[in-house]
Amino acid sequence: MQKSLHIDPNKCTGCLQCEMACSFENYGIFNNSRSRIRVFEFHHTGRKVPYTCTQCSEAWCLHACPVDAIRLDAATGAKVVMEDVCVGCKVCTIACPFGTVNYVQATGKVQKCDLCGGQPACAEACPTGAITFTDADWTGLDRMRQWAQRTDTQPRAAA
Amino acid sequence: MGWARKILRVNLTNGTCTAEPLNMEWASQYLGQRGLATKYLIAEIDPRIDPLSPDNKIIWATGPLTGTMASTGGRYSVITKGPLTGAIACSNSGGYFGAELKMAGWDMIIFEGASPKPVYLYVSDDKVELRDASHLWGKTVWETEETIKKTHQDPQIRVSSIGRAGENKVLFACIVNDLHRAAGRSGVGAVAGSKNLKAIAVRGTLGTGGIANPREFMKVTYEKKKILAENAVTGQGLPKYGTQVLMNVINEIGALPTRNHRDVQFESASRISAEAMHEKRPSDGKSHLVTNQACFGCTIACGRISEIDKNHFTVVNNPKYWGASGGLEYEAAWALGAANGVGDLEALQYANLVCNEDGMDPISFGATVGAAMELYELGLLKEADIGIKAPFGSAEALARMAEMTARSEGFGKLLGLGSKRLCEKYGHPELSMSVKGQEFPAYDSRGIQGMGLTYATSNRGACHLRSYTVASEVLGIPVKTDPLTTEGKPGLVKAFQDATAVFDSSGLCIFTSFAWSLADIQPQIQAACEGDWSMEKIEVMGERIWNLERQFNLAAGFTRKDDDLPPRLKTEPARTGPAKGLVSGIDKMLPEYYEIRGWTPEGVPTPETVSRLGL
Repeated sequence: MQKSLHIDPNKCTGCLQCEMACSFENYGIFNNSRSRIRVFEFHHTGRKVPYTCTQCSEAWCLHACPVDAIRLDAATGAKVVMEDVCVGCKVCTIACPFGTVNYVQATGKVQKCDLCGGQPACAEACPTGAITFTDADWTGLDRMRQWAQRTDTQPRAAA
Repeated sequence: MGWARKILRVNLTNGTCTAEPLNMEWASQYLGQRGLATKYLIAEIDPRIDPLSPDNKIIWATGPLTGTMASTGGRYSVITKGPLTGAIACSNSGGYFGAELKMAGWDMIIFEGASPKPVYLYVSDDKVELRDASHLWGKTVWETEETIKKTHQDPQIRVSSIGRAGENKVLFACIVNDLHRAAGRSGVGAVAGSKNLKAIAVRGTLGTGGIANPREFMKVTYEKKKILAENAVTGQGLPKYGTQVLMNVINEIGALPTRNHRDVQFESASRISAEAMHEKRPSDGKSHLVTNQACFGCTIACGRISEIDKNHFTVVNNPKYWGASGGLEYEAAWALGAANGVGDLEALQYANLVCNEDGMDPISFGATVGAAMELYELGLLKEADIGIKAPFGSAEALARMAEMTARSEGFGKLLGLGSKRLCEKYGHPELSMSVKGQEFPAYDSRGIQGMGLTYATSNRGACHLRSYTVASEVLGIPVKTDPLTTEGKPGLVKAFQDATAVFDSSGLCIFTSFAWSLADIQPQIQAACEGDWSMEKIEVMGERIWNLERQFNLAAGFTRKDDDLPPRLKTEPARTGPAKGLVSGIDKMLPEYYEIRGWTPEGVPTPETVSRLGL
């Protein structure tokens, strides 16, 4: 079974625990600017939205890379950057429609979410369930259920 | 180690910025933030100086847990000599600024002198520069933050700044970061204004590293977050209702100061409560509250984000206030509402937005309006003096006075001096509901006796955040005590004061103390910081910090007579509620408190106490 990160922005409080967990897992330091998941705040509406790579099946970044530095982790489905192969050309950052592959000046390479090898630290750290790691086939099922609940077709007691 | 081990000294007179190593000997005795910055300030300034002169210094300080995954680890404090009180000032703020400063590699920034022209400090990791702020002078906090982000083409910059209130040296001006989080009390914003210091803009990309024992730190912080999540107050009450959960509770126990403390219960409390913020408005069918919001690293998320009613008279022609923004928190809702007898939730939110926008402490501002309204009711202040009729309960007067104070226009100049100076000017100093010149927060010391002693002895003037005995006397945390009795309160107040000093020096939020005791933060400090941070050590450290602040105030000229409450609370009994007939028992509690503290009957730490605490 493959799992995927599921994000529910309505549950996000903007605490940034996910960003710190990500940077700590990958670099051993609390550094939000090195996090591969980012929380965006839209002040005038009060919305906070965590955003990261969704691990596209046909990944634009992977196909665009001229040196095959982005590879599929067959176990998790993650598209993983091979740092020792990456040449920092940034073509993947152009190819990605969502902007979730990012160049890092300090290393001269790109970084993106790799699902922490199957145990994403962000989901573990999220205190509200805004980020969960769920069966990939269930993506959207919660929302479907919420809408289903709103449809007024429940059987009623006989009138 | 937790600390970045580096501080920045900015001399505004000469325009120089210098990096210095953190004094690690002091860090081992005072931890960080409140304790450590107070130690620096006291070592560097004469306690008798004029707070608004270039001789004063002002320090932005983080704690060792700021910028870490410890829950609520995003706090910073501003430490200076306060102009409202003349006492030590230490105002604590959340949001994201503190963590950004730490991740830029700085434990604290000390500003000294005064700049000849408006400036702001730009910090991008170890690159720092003072920049011209002429174009920002006269701008609000909101405009300042937006302009700075545009100038540097970096939306991720975090800004801590003053609005027009700070520029005009309103004595309760605050310092605001992230649009609506504030280092709120004692007029720290006026000190920045007096130095022509408009803002600090920070971008930190270095991160917080050097945790002494990372594996242990991650383990223990996860365990402690679980305690917060499972606690009824921090896991349910605060995220759902915010601090406003208290409005109806405190009103019911007869400790909600109303109309400048004439009453202890407010007939419209429910209309300005957390529950009212959840209800749908008849005017537009929307609820006032939009969502809750966390500060950096906080797993409680008590912050309120609300949307004002666009049809309300205060904003109907002013779309800039229509979006979601911060408020109302309990203290602001009380000070702008019950303290003035105003029961119009939307009007309170408008006044709150003005306070955020131009950087004013809503507690002192609201309480000063309450004093002005009493002077008006007594016929001592006239409509012609103020420019508007100002009886208790007038939402129009509240809104207008917020605007005139934020902009220092007309009567607003007098309001900006705070209630003590205002009431003195009109010949009735006894009508100022304050201690050491700082206005009371939202608990009446007749209905919650421990809070009277808390206010009287608080080192920064009347304040609830120096020893929140409400936790024990009302909520039963850690043990329930009777709010109507003075018995046992001196010991309770001392215990809360000392423990709070530790929380405030760590980088964590005092709201965690609803679920955590010192025994819960001790292992987090121990895992982050090198050296010995045993319970014994941090308990003594809390007491040491308290006494250090006390020594500063004594040297600044404060005496036993300043540890007192206004006569109203000692002679006019509560008129309704469970505390009916009661006055504050402060005169009974104070001598016992001094004794428990190891102070003389005059309130001076004895030589034995000084030596025991290593001061």
